[in-house]
Amino acid sequence: MMTILLPAMLLGGLAAIFGIILAYASKKFHVEVDPKIDEIISVLPSANCGGCAFPGCAGYADAIVQSGAAVNMCGPGGEEVAKRIAAIMGVSLTPKERDIAVIHCQSGGYNNTFFKYEYKGIDNCRSAATIAGGPNMCVWGCVFQYDCVKACQFDALHIDAQGMKIVNEDNCTGCGACVKACPRSLIELVPISKKVHILCSSRDKGPIAKKSCGNNTACIACGLCVKNCPTQAITITNNLAIIDYSKCINCGICATVCPTKAIEDRMLPRKKAFIHDDLCIGCTICAKKCPVEAISGELKQPHIVDQEKCVGCEVCVKACPKNAIEMVDINIPKKIAEA
Amino acid sequence: MAIVTKILFMAVTSIFINNFVLSRFLGLCPYLGVSKKIDSAFGMGMAVIFVMAIASAFTWLINQYILIPANMQYLQTIAFILTIAALVQFVEMFIQKTAPALYKSLGVYLPLITTNCAVLGVAVINIGEGLSFLASILNGFFGGVGFTVVLLMMAGIRERLEKAELPKSMQGMPIALIIAGCMALAFLGFSGLNLG
Repeated sequence: MMTILLPAMLLGGLAAIFGIILAYASKKFHVEVDPKIDEIISVLPSANCGGCAFPGCAGYADAIVQSGAAVNMCGPGGEEVAKRIAAIMGVSLTPKERDIAVIHCQSGGYNNTFFKYEYKGIDNCRSAATIAGGPNMCVWGCVFQYDCVKACQFDALHIDAQGMKIVNEDNCTGCGACVKACPRSLIELVPISKKVHILCSSRDKGPIAKKSCGNNTACIACGLCVKNCPTQAITITNNLAIIDYSKCINCGICATVCPTKAIEDRMLPRKKAFIHDDLCIGCTICAKKCPVEAISGELKQPHIVDQEKCVGCEVCVKACPKNAIEMVDINIPKKIAEA
Repeated sequence: MAIVTKILFMAVTSIFINNFVLSRFLGLCPYLGVSKKIDSAFGMGMAVIFVMAIASAFTWLINQYILIPANMQYLQTIAFILTIAALVQFVEMFIQKTAPALYKSLGVYLPLITTNCAVLGVAVINIGEGLSFLASILNGFFGGVGFTVVLLMMAGIRERLEKAELPKSMQGMPIALIIAGCMALAFLGFSGLNLG
């Protein structure tokens, strides 16, 4: 009996002494940790996706409190979380626009893509893309092993009936996991307000690019979009047109002139601008801002929008100091005019 | 003079000949885990030196004045684990309060080595070899130094490896283990060293 009891007592006593010492020490050497860090951690979504460029949610919370990192870097949490962190930190929130993923390839989906051979290897894009330049004819396009879909933690990427990848704009948090997963760099993070995208990444010369694209929607670098862009936001490098999103005003003109439909306009159907006479003070700002010169009118007189010319870019709506411009469906302005 | 030579012998023995990682194969977990960057390897190494030295002292005292009188040396392992864990916790709290700067550089690594086998190993080896109190502390200290030296060398190699082109099957852990093996072979050369 004693052979069991004695060691148990000895170890128990030892443990008790250590326990008492540690309990005392934790009181005596207690260090105040900023309670804001814990509060922020509880607000953050705990996805630990690293989209904020800090090591996980706890790292970000620490960075906010200790080194004054911005409160609105959390992609998954979005505006809601940013607001709550701002409330905890007692700072005013400067809204940050949400980024979403845009896939610059619309090959037509798995069913419509032209293939050189049937790929039966390891099911990830990286290995498919390395075997003989990838299974599909277009060496720049999607290889359909869906690494991006697998990488997405937020259920924002889906495959439709055609085998084409669709980004769910509501679910996408702009964390960039799919961007890293794509071996062909087809995915880019773009501010959600930008609605016009060039959905092709082919650097091949026009005829080759068009022939190898299953959807026939390759960029052939014809330069029409560059010529017609009112803000010089598009440039062609290596046989591919690229939109500089910082200059793009969503006017959608490039999408209408593109002969191969490589440019997608997600604002369709576009509404037209309509100026309310009673609110317009004739400041001429809208006329100056309009990229297609659709607005005319004398100084201090109500202005009118030429519905034929208007491309529905909403630039004037943002420019108007009196909120006198409204976007309406094409058929409705007549009714307003009649009324 | 005799003491200085003795200490030097001890240093060479613990750092090179009986290196904890490469000839005793203790503490392999941090050796492979924390050796990706020289900065963190250095922090970890310093924490290990510190903990090994004080753990040697405390476990020696526990053994000498509690276990031996009670004739319960068979409780060594479990008693030492208890002691080391409590000690590391205490030290962590202590330096967090008294030396925040030191805590920042060492603190994050301290909880990692509470149950490190190199720390427990040095305590058991000290008793097993019948070292005196001071010799135990020195053995712990130099054992930690040896660990740090090897950890830093590994970190240096792995920082270079980051940029090397490796076959996919070799990337990461496989090549690290191969390098660890090569280093162990190299350190085997020290075992013939005659300190007479």
